[in-house]
Amino acid sequence: MSFHRRELLKFMLLSGLAYSLPGFSALRRLEVADFKEKEGLLEYTLIIRKEPVEVGQRRGTGVLVNGLLPSPLLRFKEGKEVVINVINEMEEETSIHWHGLYVPNNMDGVPGVVFPGIPPKGRFTYRFPVVQSGTYWYHSHSLMQEQLGLYGPLILEPKDGDPIKADRDYVIVLSDWTDEDPHRILSKLKKYPGYYNFQKRTLGDFIREVREKGFSQTLRERLMWAQMRMDSRDIADITGYTYTYLMNGQTTQENLTFIFKPSEKVRLRFINASSATYFNVQIPGLKMTIVQADGQNVYPVDVDEFRIAIAETYDVIVQPKEERAYAIYAESMDRSGFVMGTLAPREGMRAVPPPKREVPELTMEDMGHHGHADHGHHHHHEGYKMMLDVKKNPFGVDADMVVESPRQKLEDPAVGLRNQKHKVLTYSDLVSAEEYPIGEPSRTIEIHLVGNMERFIWRMYSYDGQRLTSRFEDLIDLKYGEVVRFAIINHTMMHHPIHLHGMWMYLDNGGDALNPRKHTIDVKPGEVVFVNVKADNPGLWAFHCHVLYHMDAGMFRVVRVR
Amino acid sequence: MRRLLFAVLLPIFAIASGEETKPMHSTRFGGFFVDKLEYRTKNKDLKFHIYSFYGGDYHKLWVDVEGERGLKNSEWLLERADLLFVKAISSFWDLRAGLGYAGSNEGGRSRLVLGVKGLAPYGFDVEANLNLTNKGELYGKLEAEYDLLLTQRLILQPSFEILASTKKIEPIEIGSGLSKTELALRLRYEIKRELAPYVGVSWERYFGQTKEMVGERDLINFLVGLKTWF
Repeated sequence: MSFHRRELLKFMLLSGLAYSLPGFSALRRLEVADFKEKEGLLEYTLIIRKEPVEVGQRRGTGVLVNGLLPSPLLRFKEGKEVVINVINEMEEETSIHWHGLYVPNNMDGVPGVVFPGIPPKGRFTYRFPVVQSGTYWYHSHSLMQEQLGLYGPLILEPKDGDPIKADRDYVIVLSDWTDEDPHRILSKLKKYPGYYNFQKRTLGDFIREVREKGFSQTLRERLMWAQMRMDSRDIADITGYTYTYLMNGQTTQENLTFIFKPSEKVRLRFINASSATYFNVQIPGLKMTIVQADGQNVYPVDVDEFRIAIAETYDVIVQPKEERAYAIYAESMDRSGFVMGTLAPREGMRAVPPPKREVPELTMEDMGHHGHADHGHHHHHEGYKMMLDVKKNPFGVDADMVVESPRQKLEDPAVGLRNQKHKVLTYSDLVSAEEYPIGEPSRTIEIHLVGNMERFIWRMYSYDGQRLTSRFEDLIDLKYGEVVRFAIINHTMMHHPIHLHGMWMYLDNGGDALNPRKHTIDVKPGEVVFVNVKADNPGLWAFHCHVLYHMDAGMFRVVRVR
Repeated sequence: MRRLLFAVLLPIFAIASGEETKPMHSTRFGGFFVDKLEYRTKNKDLKFHIYSFYGGDYHKLWVDVEGERGLKNSEWLLERADLLFVKAISSFWDLRAGLGYAGSNEGGRSRLVLGVKGLAPYGFDVEANLNLTNKGELYGKLEAEYDLLLTQRLILQPSFEILASTKKIEPIEIGSGLSKTELALRLRYEIKRELAPYVGVSWERYFGQTKEMVGERDLINFLVGLKTWF
């Protein structure tokens, strides 16, 4: 047995802490899946069914693994092989994708790209070697089942012991739950993109701002937004109006509790398994030491708050000294809701949430308007000169705005987190703990993220200097072994978590061989992000926005390595 | 006429054509909208604007029905009952073309419709249509409205429309030249996004020949109505 029973018990204990479970619907708690081990092979069996899920007063239908929300925790071990038998007991197709795992192409689990999906009442056996370690997750890649609960954590143990030492080790899966059918949600957004936004600007905001800034400045600013036909409060497509935010399947009221003894080092593995929600995470009163991002160890950096994009993971170490309850507080990026758990020395304590901050608001800077920067002084702030000429909107109907001079904003905490009195993590803080000398890229491919808020159209255009296309059928071809630089440019006013399957994206934040590598990159409004990809895994790899509704609406491409 | 049929039917086939398995799908979506259904106090009639569409991001089939019906008498006026093919032509604008009918208890006209609809800078919803009747009469209408959020659910909507024609079209009460203008103000409360009762006031003015035909002066109506969709 390479797994310590004690460790398993620890996880069981964690999940056993929350027990307010209605008898006739799915269990909402994080459990560890049973496995068999023989000849160095770990074997799991996952059964996927539709089950009623009750959250608060609302009853919805979940697509669940083993009747659990979230799906059970799977522990793999670096250097071993795993077998996962997936049994689909539903009348509809399903699939499981191992998010962030370096697997052979046919094990990647994306229907229509690498396999036909797991048919209704069908089975599929995944089998692959585990060649990495860290915190990851898995989820469905079919029929928007990700929104319906098919997501769970993957913990990959390092081969030679974990360099990150902690006395306790907890997994925190953040997610957004709704009892609405996600296809209905998408249809509503197509017809009424502002459907879920109840934080729009009103006459009252205008009057308040006139008092603060004066009439002419307020009017000038509002006219700029109105002229562009944009809403500066459009931060999240789907909000707390329909979402209940969950922590390991539990609501704030259910008060998920993580136990510590004062001065213990507690490792918290945050996974954002949401379909459409970025979270801002804080534990007021505690410094969080970021030690891992997207499963990759990084040089420790102390922060008070971090934003976790959809599909990202962050591992933090905290060391609470006082014998009191601390809030683990995750607010949705638009601040329309939050979920809170408690870090406490014993059961039955409940932390106090921090005061609610103001509704975040986009600025003209986010929209790629850079005001009157004095030339010469800030050379590194000059915009990226794109290969693609965007003077005359080349995206047509698909784009309601085009950023002519996108900038790198790695040091920008972005909308809602600027001007905080405390330290907020940015991508410029991430330094890889491992050296990855992958070499210099030989060419650049531009990825243009475009959208039309009025029509809820989302597209991912590629441009290699010759051909501009956003069609799913047009593959982005990479030669096996080559290193390519992707310039990912966000022409929209929303954040997009861009995920590449099967290969790492080395985020160019000036660290050269110490650039952090990620599976999911948050690209801010009006930003250009440079990532290098070493094409070392042959096959067809999905490359998409991880906002489920953007992906489903068309922000999806396929990279081919051969 | 045959060309027209093609223009209408081809896109229907395009919309109906099947899709292969993809990890994402180009969404087809449709809706039924009762944009206006209101009682007008002075005219003592019901005015309605109902539309429905089905399609994708770039092409849609659209049915637009607008008119009024007396509650005391059985007089009715169908301003339009159109089947339109809608094509997105720019970020914020759709081109709309199709055919339809306009009429009243005194007869009517079949007509070809060509128009644009979209969101103009500063957030005005604008629709402009040109209509060519089977008798060769050409007339057009321009409408604009704006949503002013008093609160997240209480919304004040000023609107404006203007109607002009090259000829007199007796059965649908349109005179040549500038025919009619209407200014309205509606205050709705969105109980849900899909359900919003409203009150309002409208002011219609008729000009020239139309004024003679309608036999009424400027008309101010108070409105009670419901906006709903699904």
